[in-house]
Parts: sequence; C-alpha cells; structure tokens
Amino acid sequence: MTKKQKRNLRRILIALALFIVVFIIDKVFNLASLINGNLGWLLPFFLYLTIYIIIGYDVIIKAIKNIKNGQLFDECFLMLVATVGAFSLAIYRGINGLEIEGFDEACAVLLFYQIGEFFQGYAVSKSRKSISSLMDIRPDYANVIENGEVRTVDPESVKLDDIIVINPGEKVPLDGIIIKGETSLDTKSLTGESKPSNVKVNDIVISGTINLTSTIEVKVTKEFYNSTVSKVLELVENASSKKAKTEKFITKFAKYYTPIVVILALFLVLVPGFITGAWDTWIYRSLSFLVVSCPCALVISIPLSFFSGIGVASKRGILIKGSNYLEQFSNAGTFVFDKTGTLTKGNFVITKVYPEDRKEEILKLAAIAEHDLSHPIAKSICSEYTGKFPKDYVMTDLQGLGIVAKKDKDVICCGNEKLMKKYHIDFKKANENGTVVYVARNGEYVGTIIISDEIKEESYNLINYLNGVNTNVIMLTGDNESTAKSVAEELKIKNYRSSLLPQDKYEYLTNTIKNSKNPVCFVGDGINDAPSLMISDVGISMGGIGSDAAIEASDIVLMKDNLNSIVEAKKISQKTMRIVKGNIIFAIGVKVIILVLSALGITNMWVAVFGDVGVTLLAILNSLRLFNAMKFQSKR
Amino acid sequence: MRKVFKLEDLDCANCAAKMEDAIKKIEGVTFASVSFMTQKLVLEADDAIFDEVLAKAKKAVSKIEPDCTIR
Repeated sequence: MTKKQKRNLRRILIALALFIVVFIIDKVFNLASLINGNLGWLLPFFLYLTIYIIIGYDVIIKAIKNIKNGQLFDECFLMLVATVGAFSLAIYRGINGLEIEGFDEACAVLLFYQIGEFFQGYAVSKSRKSISSLMDIRPDYANVIENGEVRTVDPESVKLDDIIVINPGEKVPLDGIIIKGETSLDTKSLTGESKPSNVKVNDIVISGTINLTSTIEVKVTKEFYNSTVSKVLELVENASSKKAKTEKFITKFAKYYTPIVVILALFLVLVPGFITGAWDTWIYRSLSFLVVSCPCALVISIPLSFFSGIGVASKRGILIKGSNYLEQFSNAGTFVFDKTGTLTKGNFVITKVYPEDRKEEILKLAAIAEHDLSHPIAKSICSEYTGKFPKDYVMTDLQGLGIVAKKDKDVICCGNEKLMKKYHIDFKKANENGTVVYVARNGEYVGTIIISDEIKEESYNLINYLNGVNTNVIMLTGDNESTAKSVAEELKIKNYRSSLLPQDKYEYLTNTIKNSKNPVCFVGDGINDAPSLMISDVGISMGGIGSDAAIEASDIVLMKDNLNSIVEAKKISQKTMRIVKGNIIFAIGVKVIILVLSALGITNMWVAVFGDVGVTLLAILNSLRLFNAMKFQSKR
Repeated sequence: MRKVFKLEDLDCANCAAKMEDAIKKIEGVTFASVSFMTQKLVLEADDAIFDEVLAKAKKAVSKIEPDCTIR
C-alpha cells in the first residue's frame, strides 16, 4: 500500500466507525426527536454532515476543481450532486415537519463510494505489481572489469566492448560473447521454459538469462538499450498502448453513457414532476441515476483484462505486442504456415536408406563423395555417418546431377536420377517423397538414400488442435508438389500451395487476407518472411530469442521455438476475450437494471451505490481470474 | 519523435481515456496513447514542436485530473 492508500484507509475506517455509531443511535433513539419542534432535524443533520465532510472533503474539492475546468460529467461532481441532493431533500422534509430520513443515506452513498474507490485502487495497483513482476527480467546491475578491478554498475552505463563478469545465480545484464569460462545458462525468464543450455568461449550470451553453474567473463556486444532484455521489456510495456477494438468501444461508450444518464435523470425529475407534482419523489429517484452514472466498472476492467492476458502470455514466453493483436488472434479464422523451419525442422535428415543390409556401405560411399560440400544434403549425410572413410578421392561436382568421386579405377557416383542415367547405371527408382540420392560404384547400383525435412513433433498437435476448432489451415512452401503433399497429408492439412517463390507466398497471403472475413495469421520463422509477417493481421514468428528482425516484424513473438505456444496463446487470448465480454455484459446489464428499478422507485440510493461499487469490484476480480487461472494451470 | 512518459497518480480509468482523447486533439500530435494499467503516456509529435505539444498535453492532463502529473 502506498502512503496515500494508507491515509485513505484510515480515513475510511474512522468515518465508517462514526457512521455506524451515529446510525445505530439514530435508529434506536431517533435523533430527530431529541430536540422538540421543527428544528429536530438539525441534530442528525450536523452529525451526519460531520461524517460526510470527513469522508468526502476530497471529493468535494475535486468536484469544484473539475467544474472550474469545465469537466461537467465528472464522477466526483455527479457524486456530489447526488449526495447534496439527498441532504437537501432530507432538510426539506425536516423543515416541513415530515419524518426525518435521508441524511444517513446521503452519507452512506459517499462512504461506500469511497470504500469502492479504495478497493478498486488497491486491486488495480496490486495486479499492476503482480503482473509487472511476472515480466520482471530487468537486470539490476552489471559487474564490469576495469583495470583489473571489478566494479558493480548500472547496466545502462556499460559500453560496447567492456568486459563484464557474471557469477553463478546472476542475471546476464547485457548481450555479449564469452571470452573466458564455460557455464550453463537458463533461459526461463525469457521463454517461460526451464532449459539450461551449455555455453563456452566464443558463444553468444543473451541478456535476461540466468547463469547457473560457474563464473564467466563476457565481452559486451550490445549496449543496454539495444540488448535483448530491453527489447523484450519495451515490447511488453508498450503493448497496452495498442488498444483493442473492444477497448476503444468501451471508452467511446463511456463518453456517451454519463451524459445520457444525467440527461435521463433530468427528464425523470421534470416530466413526472410536472405531471404529478410529487417533486421530492422524482428528485429522489433521479439521484439514484447520478449514483450509477459513472462508467468506471467497464473502463477499468477491460484494459485490466487485456493487461493480465498479455502479462500471463509473456510469462510463458509468448510476447504479444498489443491488446489489438490479442483480440484479433482470438478471432483468427485462418492460419497460414510457412513449411520449412516452421512446421518442419528445416534440418534435412536421412529418413531412409536401402537396401537395409548395405546401409553402412551406402552411407560410407556417400560420405566419401559428399564430405567436402556445405550443401544441407551433404551435411545430413556426413552427420549420419560417423565411421571413418578415406578422404583422398578426387571429387567432381556435376551441377544439378550430383558428385562423382574417383581414386585410381574406383569410381563412386552419388546423385539423382539424371546422374544415374548419364552413367548408364541400372538403378531402382525410388517412390518416396523428399530428396532422393542414388549411390553407385564402378557402374553398379549400390543403394538409395532418402533425405527429407523432419516434421516437428508439435506440428501434429498444433494442426490437430486448429482443425478441431474449425480454423482454416494453409501451408505454403517453396518445395515441390510431392514433398508438400506428403507433409500436408501427414499433418492432415487440407490446403497447401507448393513450388512458391517468396514473392508468390506474399501474393498468395495478400489474396487470402482480402478474401477472409476473419483475421488471418501468418506463422513463420521470421528469417526471410518479414513482409508476410507484416502484412498479415497477426504475424507470428518463432524462436524470437536473439532475432531482432523477427521481433520487429511480427505481432506475436514466440520466444521458445515450440509451436505448442500457439495453442497456449490461442487459449489465453480466448479466455481473455471471454472475460472481457463477460465484464461488458455484466456491468452494463447491472447498471441498466438499477436504472430501471430506480426509475420505478423499487430501489433506493443504497442499492444504487452498492450496485455501482459492487459491479466495479466484481468486474476487477473477474479480470484477475485470468491471471490466477493461468498461474494455477502452469503450476500443474 | 516518440516519447514515453510516466503519469503519476492516475487514479481513474475513465480519466485516462478522457486524457487520451484530449491529447489526441492537440494540434501537432501524430499519435497519443494513455495506458491506465502501465500509467504511461506515449506521445508522438513533430520534433520541432514537441516541447510545445508536451506543455499543452500537461495542461490537458491536469485539467482532467488535477492530481495527475506527467513526468
């Protein structure tokens, strides 16, 4: 609690205690009857007025200030009008010798209004704190080595090429390269997933990770404002400045709501007042209108819900750049995926070698031919074959066909169909999808290697989930038709487009967006699909750690390279939107009901103020439910 | 130029919305956003008139919520 909050709480408690005492005495002994005659109302009036001033002096001051500034529909002013109105009515009754009532009510309205304000402020600042602590990855200090001495400084003051020391248990304060020592780093604070990675000299370290095992010395390669941790923090902190449609709708609604209710209140006094002449009844009813005229419940709970949603997501390594993206993502009906590197690992591994009994030999021959190349296919062969092989062959690279390796009379051919035909080798044609490499020795076919891009394990789960919630899933790839088809079938993706150049993908996406009623998401690895990420309604990039370009171009960044984050993000976004909509309906509904009931004279100001304050608090608690539910889920 | 400011003692969500509205109406402002949750004002205006715009924004803020100050 801040000082201001503590002061307010004390004031509220004193006023509440006084109120209860006066209220009980009043009900038991009837204060108004203690002084005889027409001035009987003065005693309860002064007692309640004292409490009123104790609890409401700031509201009164604020209301006067705001009126000076032309803020006519300010909540303080309206509260003041409502309560002063109630006091006046009570005085009117007192002067006219009617039964005294209404002083307690006027006082209570303001008292409960203040109690509500207090809890609201408390709940908001509390949630603000707990959400920002979720995102607290800011390093507090850095240990810089200067002239052989270690000094602890503010990370912001560290310059490029400075050497910093990071001890076990400390946060890496700035991005850099290890120059001494090796250790294990935990990326949990960035990705939400505890996964230690081992690093040694010349490896890059990213700020925000935590050093687990031993001391390292790091040369700083990025200044603080440019470091990963700053980028991430900036992104999350600025997320609430990009407002969702719902949020804009509510602020607009609020803008008209208050004036409309106030005007209605005026009508309620004037029209039936003139007709029936029972002015006091109608003035009283209209005062209840003023009490519920504040739109705070809505206006406060909507940004709070979005903020909680974004906070919860960022804790899981999902950075959402704005409330608007969270909202759109929850409605997304089309998901467009880039194949290589997104749905598949993009790593080209050997999936099949046959005939099985000659596997060793086939791989060895292929390794002899391909070991000198940097092509991904050559790399996958060499990483698969771990045995020794002679390296004194002379290799010829026949572009588009394959490799021919020669040593004396020994000739190894390693390549595609065309190479086999060129050398008139009788081979068995493969039917498998992926890249096919035939291996032959001295004119005779030895075997076949099938290399394909591995599908990520989570892809199955993700596509299954998306198909299950009726989204349109589309896969785009530059690969040929047969490879694309096999991946699409394997993953049960109904729509795919193959043999696309990068500009084709972009064009296809543009058309999809144009023809889609729902928001379109594009999911890519962020490396060379920045234009697609930008143009889509929600651009999602994978494995955002350390890739500034991806963070820049996308709207949602998955810090861990795991597609399941998309499922998680979808669930968080939907839950957030459910809460947002629930709050809107609940708050507007209750207010309308109170308005109708007060117009009919069924309720009184007590109900109105409880309704108003209660709705606000319930809406806030409902928003926080998201935060708690998700926290609980992650523990399990 | 785009700058982020802290809004101190921003107590009411509706006021935040009102402030945003008022600041957006100031001449020279290209973007403005007041976040009640983070208590921040993002203000974007032309470099040449930025200080002038900021002064007007400060005035607008204190008009809506007298206790609230831009830092």
